[in-house]
Amino acid sequence: MDADQVRRDVRAWLEANWNPELSLVEWRNRLADSGWGCPTWPEAWFGRGLPIALGDVVAEEFERIGAVGTPSGGGMTLAAPTILEHGTDDLKRRLLRPIVTGEDSWCQLFSEPGSGSDLAGLTTRAELDGDEYVVNGQKLWSTSAHHARYGMLLARTNWDVPKHRGISYFAIEMHQPGVVVRPLRQMNGYASFNEVFFNDARVPAANAIGQVGNGWTVALATLAHERRSFDAMQARGRSPKGKGRAIDENRAEIAELMEPYKWYPQRAGRVDLIIERAKATGRSHDPVVRQAIAKLLSLARSAEWTGRRAKAARVLGRPPGPEGSLGKLYASEIARAAAHVHTLISGSDALLAGSDGPLEGLIAEILLSVPAVSIAGGTDEIQRNIVSERVLGMPKDPQIDAARAFRDVPKNLAGKR
Amino acid sequence: MGREAPDMRFSFSEEQEELRRVVRRFLEETSPIGETRRLMETVEGYEPAVWKQLSQELALPGVQIPEAYGGQGFGFVELGVVLEEMGRALYCGPYFASVVLAANAILNAGDEAQKQALLPGIASGETLAAFALAEPNGRWEADGVALEAHESGGAFTLHGEKSFVVDGCNADLLVVVARAPGSRGTDGLSFFSLRANANGVTRRPLAVIDPTRKLASIRFGGARAELLGVAGGAAPALAKTLDQAAAALASEMAGSAQRLLEMTVDYAKARVQFGRPIASFQAIKHKCADMLLALELARSSAYYAAEAAGEGDFDELAMAAPLAKAQGSDAFLAIAAEAIQIHGGLGFTWEQDVHLYFKRAKASEVFLGDPAFHRERLARVWGL
Repeated sequence: MDADQVRRDVRAWLEANWNPELSLVEWRNRLADSGWGCPTWPEAWFGRGLPIALGDVVAEEFERIGAVGTPSGGGMTLAAPTILEHGTDDLKRRLLRPIVTGEDSWCQLFSEPGSGSDLAGLTTRAELDGDEYVVNGQKLWSTSAHHARYGMLLARTNWDVPKHRGISYFAIEMHQPGVVVRPLRQMNGYASFNEVFFNDARVPAANAIGQVGNGWTVALATLAHERRSFDAMQARGRSPKGKGRAIDENRAEIAELMEPYKWYPQRAGRVDLIIERAKATGRSHDPVVRQAIAKLLSLARSAEWTGRRAKAARVLGRPPGPEGSLGKLYASEIARAAAHVHTLISGSDALLAGSDGPLEGLIAEILLSVPAVSIAGGTDEIQRNIVSERVLGMPKDPQIDAARAFRDVPKNLAGKR
Repeated sequence: MGREAPDMRFSFSEEQEELRRVVRRFLEETSPIGETRRLMETVEGYEPAVWKQLSQELALPGVQIPEAYGGQGFGFVELGVVLEEMGRALYCGPYFASVVLAANAILNAGDEAQKQALLPGIASGETLAAFALAEPNGRWEADGVALEAHESGGAFTLHGEKSFVVDGCNADLLVVVARAPGSRGTDGLSFFSLRANANGVTRRPLAVIDPTRKLASIRFGGARAELLGVAGGAAPALAKTLDQAAAALASEMAGSAQRLLEMTVDYAKARVQFGRPIASFQAIKHKCADMLLALELARSSAYYAAEAAGEGDFDELAMAAPLAKAQGSDAFLAIAAEAIQIHGGLGFTWEQDVHLYFKRAKASEVFLGDPAFHRERLARVWGL
């Protein structure tokens, strides 16, 4: 099937079927039935079995005609691909369609207070009781858990094998008495994430995604999709222009989804504000400030050029060079340097927040959001391990826990609540 | 359909990669580190036989000089590739002086007849040229020029002293920046050329911290010189020449830094302490990751500057060159310092090669203006 044929087919289908006055769910059921909503999924499961490149052609046509697509968020980007890869047909039948229609939203239940960088050291337990598992433990950093219908849960089902081999992956119903979701307040005052407590919560054994005990492999699949969806997130946080019921409902859905991310630009340090601010405060005349600004902007520009080198290599089909693995570490360095420069520029005003603070509190928000960058999505320290091992070929640390029964591995003492 | 065109400003063509392979192979054969060690102890600091081979077989001195003046007519990006490889090998020779500084000075300032007369010799490698800008005050900008050109009946004589002249003692031909008596700043500047053995020229090699790059002090006591281009109008040519030189140096530094990181990672993998290769300790791994981060920024900014120079976009180069110079020399020096640290006590010995690169890094930090100087230029470019 070639691109022109796909373009003609999807265009004809959209012209015959797209109707902004449908409800969002009605419209997405049409997408599910036709396979045009998730064209790269298998034909048996709401897709058309197209390669990724042709999926892009379909997306272009949706954009051209202004039609609403499938939902953004963890259901489509993380849960569905994981279920497609590792789930039983029964799970696919029960879980996929409401993801495509947006009726069911999902959250990720991976990180715990006692296992951050060492995710496989998680201690939430799931114990078999008849044909159900009983879940006890605590998760955190779960976006959207407060309105999710399902969670992607990692829990330990076997303590007598090494840590990676005793984990199972479940689709757990969030709306049940044993599950309590609480907002997790961050140091910058926002609560973008939740913590989730399991107190004898129950999940059917049939809801295991992948084999029991093989959850780590399944989790790696989800994490790979998470990395891939990073770039896509920016693009997906937009609804089509125009009027109509489906479009309005889509707009509300996206607004709810993007709500937790409203302070994200501030955690990146807002390099874009630097020059304007330095001029406005008059600090641009200070040679120390001038040096710091020039250094920061040089860093930001060179990091951007490094990203463009990586992209050019990818487009040329050349093997990825080291430049592709470094973006996250550059982002941390830039954010920290930017916060430093904003402080220099603001002087004593950096003490002030809210309506008393510079730019109505925006500068305060920058200064208090920056520490997230070097932690979220893999700490700088873990990133440096990855870079030194995968790019520079340096050996891994000797692992003392990988071959022992998890029961016998020393457990975390700090950070428990 | 849906296929994206590669952005060639951010990647090298197959031909450029082939040039890199050819130059790397040549330098590995003719300029191994033992040869660098031998040459750095000599006064001239280069091997004429290798220079001849590099000129005649590879035609490298002419790589960026237009074909009309006897060169190969490739662009600045190709020049950057050559310099990156020379930096990698820590090649000792008058390439930077003659090909980067002097040839571009002549291209930027000379009239057609002068380019015809002077450039073919540089392109063929038979003429070694040097560019004399800085003076004992150590400044790399128009304001620092005090040396005067006196005119009498259309003929010029030079009076004053130049310093920090790269390969000044090896040069056959000198390009000198001078000013009209009584002029200031960017006014009254002119470029002149003269034979290095002309009457009234006294050259002296300077004792330097980086013996792989030779510097000279040159006194001009009324030596007769030929005006290049227009009298008093050399300020734009000087700015261009300096930006091109900074961009070229950035490529050279990136090549050196890349080699240093490779040497250091190899060493850390082979060095065993406490029963483990030290490369398995996070204290060492994280240092190496940081070295890579700095290196890739330096490469990106050097490539970007070379591309701007190659396109002849001198406005963009006025941003990209100081950025690449400041970023690149900070990165090179930081990488060199960590390289010695990771080599431990052995890294401080004469026998290990790391110090050769460290010395080049320290010298490159200051050569053509230190990072603070270039960052101040950037602040102005960005409207501060």
